[in-house]
Amino acid sequence: MEIVVKLYATLAQHLPPGAKQNQTRLDLPDDATPAHVIGRLNMAREKCHLVLVNGVYVAPSQLDRHPLKPGDAVAMWPPVAGG
Amino acid sequence: MGWARKILRVNLTAGTVKVEPLNMEWAQKYLGSRGLGTKYLVEEIDPKVDPLSPDNKLIFATGPLTGTMASTGGRYTVITKGALTGAIACSNSGGFFGAELKFAGWDMIIFEGKAPSPVFLFVEDGNARLLPADHLWGKSVWDTEHAIKAELQDPLVRVSTIGVAGEKGVKYACIVNDLHRAAGRSGVGTVMGSKNLKAVAVRGTEGVKVRDFLGFLKASETAKGVLAGNAVTGQGLPTYGTQVLMNVINETGAMPTRNHRDIQFEGAHKISAEAMAEKRPTDGKPNLVANQACFGCTIACGRVSMIDKTHYTVVNRPQYWGASGGLEYEAAWALGSNTGVDDLEALTFANFICNEQGFDPISFGATVSAAMELYETGALTKEQTGGIELRFGSAEALTQIAELTGKGEGFGAEIGLGSKRLCEKYGHPEFHMGVKGQEFPAYDSRGIQGMGLTYATSNRGACHLRSYTVASEVLGIPEKTDPLATDGKAGLVKAFQDATAAFDSAGICIFTSFAWTLQDVAPQVDAAIEGGWSVDRMVETGERIWNLERQFNLAAGFTAADDTLPKRLLSEPATSGPAKGRVNDLAKMLPEYYDIRGWTTDGVPTNETLARLAL
Repeated sequence: MEIVVKLYATLAQHLPPGAKQNQTRLDLPDDATPAHVIGRLNMAREKCHLVLVNGVYVAPSQLDRHPLKPGDAVAMWPPVAGG
Repeated sequence: MGWARKILRVNLTAGTVKVEPLNMEWAQKYLGSRGLGTKYLVEEIDPKVDPLSPDNKLIFATGPLTGTMASTGGRYTVITKGALTGAIACSNSGGFFGAELKFAGWDMIIFEGKAPSPVFLFVEDGNARLLPADHLWGKSVWDTEHAIKAELQDPLVRVSTIGVAGEKGVKYACIVNDLHRAAGRSGVGTVMGSKNLKAVAVRGTEGVKVRDFLGFLKASETAKGVLAGNAVTGQGLPTYGTQVLMNVINETGAMPTRNHRDIQFEGAHKISAEAMAEKRPTDGKPNLVANQACFGCTIACGRVSMIDKTHYTVVNRPQYWGASGGLEYEAAWALGSNTGVDDLEALTFANFICNEQGFDPISFGATVSAAMELYETGALTKEQTGGIELRFGSAEALTQIAELTGKGEGFGAEIGLGSKRLCEKYGHPEFHMGVKGQEFPAYDSRGIQGMGLTYATSNRGACHLRSYTVASEVLGIPEKTDPLATDGKAGLVKAFQDATAAFDSAGICIFTSFAWTLQDVAPQVDAAIEGGWSVDRMVETGERIWNLERQFNLAAGFTAADDTLPKRLLSEPATSGPAKGRVNDLAKMLPEYYDIRGWTTDGVPTNETLARLAL
């Protein structure tokens, strides 16, 4: 299945060359989870601090369990804050 | 110790300055800065006073950690009755001015009355005098600072000043120090302008003493280690600044867009932190040129930007070609997604103008967006705007209006009213997106439920800096809560409100709270001042301050009916994102909040609560 991956801040360096607007598309197995995305793009798991699937938070403990669906948007950030 | 134990009372009507001892009984109960300044204001003015009357007072207050080696210990707060809101106003600022005021030996300056003609105050250690400012009246923040330093022949003087916006009565005028750090909200600069007080210039060389020097060194060093070791304060904020939130909040579906008609902005990526760091196709340079720290800060989240010299806003205007205060998230949101403008350089220019002339980019951007809605619905015509096509997405309209507002000219004078007064004037009060007359900051409370309660109950009107539950609801600091849930949010908001009041009153930046809790702050405060400052005492002090502010507002005429949100957020469902179909469920949270606070169902602190807090 194909999903959209959005990587922000320092994680953006893991996007493939030519990626625009901080996003790319990935082909993943049908049973893929956010952890598959992290592994596929060679990211350190502890750096993927904030993970949203279609804007909804996925806890670190659920990264291996949260089932992705075709067309899902997975967005990730390192630890960030603002105000 | 920690406290300088000395305040300066300036009677602008009589032109006198007087030294007074700090009320140490109050200092022990209200700590400093926001809390202690509020206590003085509450004791000294009629809560029903017209904010622009000479009978209103304006207080510049430092905290016990201001000017010390505590990280971020450079902050001061301006406390007054707000020109925008008529509620208690307390706006704090970073930069270097606050520390300089403490170095000069002052906990606080209280301005009262109104000068017969423009003046500025010069404080040089223990000496203070009022000087004529007729020649400064009409000058921008930037020109005023340069002129004062030249006049005093001292480049090390720190200047806090209003721009033309504060002189012209823009309701959300700021007081700006160090060129682009501001006591930004609620119209504290408007009050300053109404008093014919142009600026305060300070040179301090006396230093700051603390109660237990070695204990303080140890406590502050340990706490700095916590900031450095924390991924947010040690890496995230210095690298990307607050602007990194642009994509976070947009993805979360809580990005107010086009006056809150939408909840996600299609152009967010063009005005984000990531965009600021990208090289522009026009000149090959990024918008962002550096980060910057305020006094004593070991985080350094500030943004410094340069505008593309070929951009239409600055062509042939070299005064805007230099590096200056760049976009923070709040400004980028208000000037950008809320007006539908995705031109990063235009937003940066509008932000420069806000700094140059001293007005709040949040309230300004929100008021422009309300005006755009008025315009697009036909309630406002091109004739009334002076020929400006005030359509959502028009960068030209935004930047043109910014310049007019800063000078109080043309339709800019109308935008200077703030969105509440503007929308009422043009027959659509429902387009005002704010609480108690103050415009919302950058989080739509349909997508972050706790922020609805935060806004509704904020003592200074809609504000994210009274209880930033976004930290928990979105970012997971200190622990993650569900942004769409209402359960538990009453307690969360109260805890954030009380802790924030304690942080603010210590004289440090609230951004430390992304890594610090009061367990990191209390040892520093305790080593700085007498009295035994435990975590519990800090929490109780924060709660006391919150209730004191509430009492002021109640006495000023606010009621529980003002603890609400605009109809749009309560009845018009979000149009996209995870919150699609949701409104803010304030009614589910507010009664529990009153109960947890120890207030009546009408939002009034009970006698038991007042007694418990020694109020």
